[in-house]
Amino acid sequence: MNIYVLLKRTFDTEEKITISGGKINEDGAEFIINPYDEYAVEEAIQVRDANGGEVTVISVGTEESEKQLRTALAMGADKAVLINTEDDVENGDQFTTSKIIAEYLKDKAADLIIGGNVAIDGGSGQVAPRVAELLNIPYVTTITKLQIDGTTVTVTRDVEGDSEVIETSLPLLVTAQQGLNEPRYPSLPGIMKAKKKPLDELELDDLDLEEDDVEAKTKTIEIYLPPKKEAGKVLSGELTDQVKELVQLLHTEAKVV
Amino acid sequence: MTRKVLVLGETRDGSLRNVSFEAIAAAKTVAEGGEVVAVLIGENVSALGAELIQYGADRVVVVEDEKLKQYTSDGFAQSLLAVIEKEIPEGLILGHTSLGKDLSPRIAAKLASGLISDATSVEVAGGNVVFTRPIYSGKAFEKKIVTDGLIFATVRPNNIAPLEKDESRAGEVASLSVEIKDLRAIIKEVVRKASEGVDLSEAKVVISGGRGVKSADGFEPLKELAKVLGGAVGASRGACDADYCDYSLQIGQTGKVVTPDLYIACGISGAIQHLAGMSNSKVIVAINKDPEANIFKVADYGIVGDLFEVVPLLTEEFKKLKVHS
Repeated sequence: MNIYVLLKRTFDTEEKITISGGKINEDGAEFIINPYDEYAVEEAIQVRDANGGEVTVISVGTEESEKQLRTALAMGADKAVLINTEDDVENGDQFTTSKIIAEYLKDKAADLIIGGNVAIDGGSGQVAPRVAELLNIPYVTTITKLQIDGTTVTVTRDVEGDSEVIETSLPLLVTAQQGLNEPRYPSLPGIMKAKKKPLDELELDDLDLEEDDVEAKTKTIEIYLPPKKEAGKVLSGELTDQVKELVQLLHTEAKVV
Repeated sequence: MTRKVLVLGETRDGSLRNVSFEAIAAAKTVAEGGEVVAVLIGENVSALGAELIQYGADRVVVVEDEKLKQYTSDGFAQSLLAVIEKEIPEGLILGHTSLGKDLSPRIAAKLASGLISDATSVEVAGGNVVFTRPIYSGKAFEKKIVTDGLIFATVRPNNIAPLEKDESRAGEVASLSVEIKDLRAIIKEVVRKASEGVDLSEAKVVISGGRGVKSADGFEPLKELAKVLGGAVGASRGACDADYCDYSLQIGQTGKVVTPDLYIACGISGAIQHLAGMSNSKVIVAINKDPEANIFKVADYGIVGDLFEVVPLLTEEFKKLKVHS
């Protein structure tokens, strides 16, 4: 089975966000594989181990994303592809990224494409479903279970807490929701092996794309931090009195109940 | 510049979701005096059209088919694209719900358009329609505009105030016949887990539990309180990882981002990842045994104490309040 994983390098969830020069300050920040994409990598490895085939992890970004791609290889993916847009794309959006990925995948005969359901930085969740549409294959988002039997696929999908059991077929794109699996940590032998696994680097030129073809349709005009919250009021006194006071405050001062 | 703007009216269990009324309000802003056309897709949904007009839509287009009884990306995309082809709108607004998140990127890809997801506000400024949206799960915000083509956005539930319902408003509710072709993904079964109560992303009140609830049973007092307040129950990652509850309840940087009017954090320490998911709630109450817990730094009101003592007392007090008011 020919399996592809869409992977994004993101800020570590522990990081505080600061802004300098109108942009998110990346100096000294730790970067990780987007947590939802980690589920995607894990699922791809499990599907390959059960059905045979090959897992290729792809990322659109700069050469700094190599580190996260190597981590995915160390987890057990077979190959990695970095589409380096550093010289060609200054302010891409989801239109940009999905067009590049779809252009790369269009002649790869992918059976299964797995991505995270959302990236924790941009948070739009657009790229994977856009890719499916551009490739004209079905997709199911926010999945918590994947069963493959020949070309028939049964997927459980999280829908705001409820579950839908969906039957569909390969080729297919799915996006991972938390609960799909427990991503493995790269093992030491895995890390050693990953160094020798192929990591190809491409640019727009290699995909026969011009900068104009992928020009963003949207533009960020300002980034700002939410106003700092003032320290609140910690109540004191007998517990029962505190509770009474709290209910009154919520009713008369905050007016939320 | 006036624009024609389409809005998808989303239904759940046979009624319209609040987020659809909020989306109409957003569409009015985008339209700048132009026409707002609501779209209803489903089986036997045309009766809901009148309410969309009462909330500000000028008219409604209905696509009905038995194959549209449940949401599928194929069926709804075919229907919505047919309406778009006929109406040729300059704007399109959906709720940022499970359905909206699934459907909107596909429509955007098909139309080769931009899409601004998860907007929390919209305004017209300097000749542009400007959307504000959280990034890094609410640790920062960005203002974004569409530079080319359709003004397409999804709006986060609970953030944009709907227009006041006007029962005297009337408008055309017309149906459009669309041939629904093969559905490539079929829903075999729906397992209801969360919906005994209120949907977490749309809830006005969220009662959330962390490691401090100690067990699955420990969530019971929280459920009681949620019931009295008409709210939903959420959880921190710690509680989910410890198997006290389902991951679908998780609030945080991984998990859901919620912005209710009232968020009551019970036995939650307040890790930065959790704060990202809830710190934009209007009013935050923290209940924790540890006075040093991080959650008190973002809370408007705090009680230092054992949640198993405090929460049942709170439930009783709120019950009294409900009786009196």
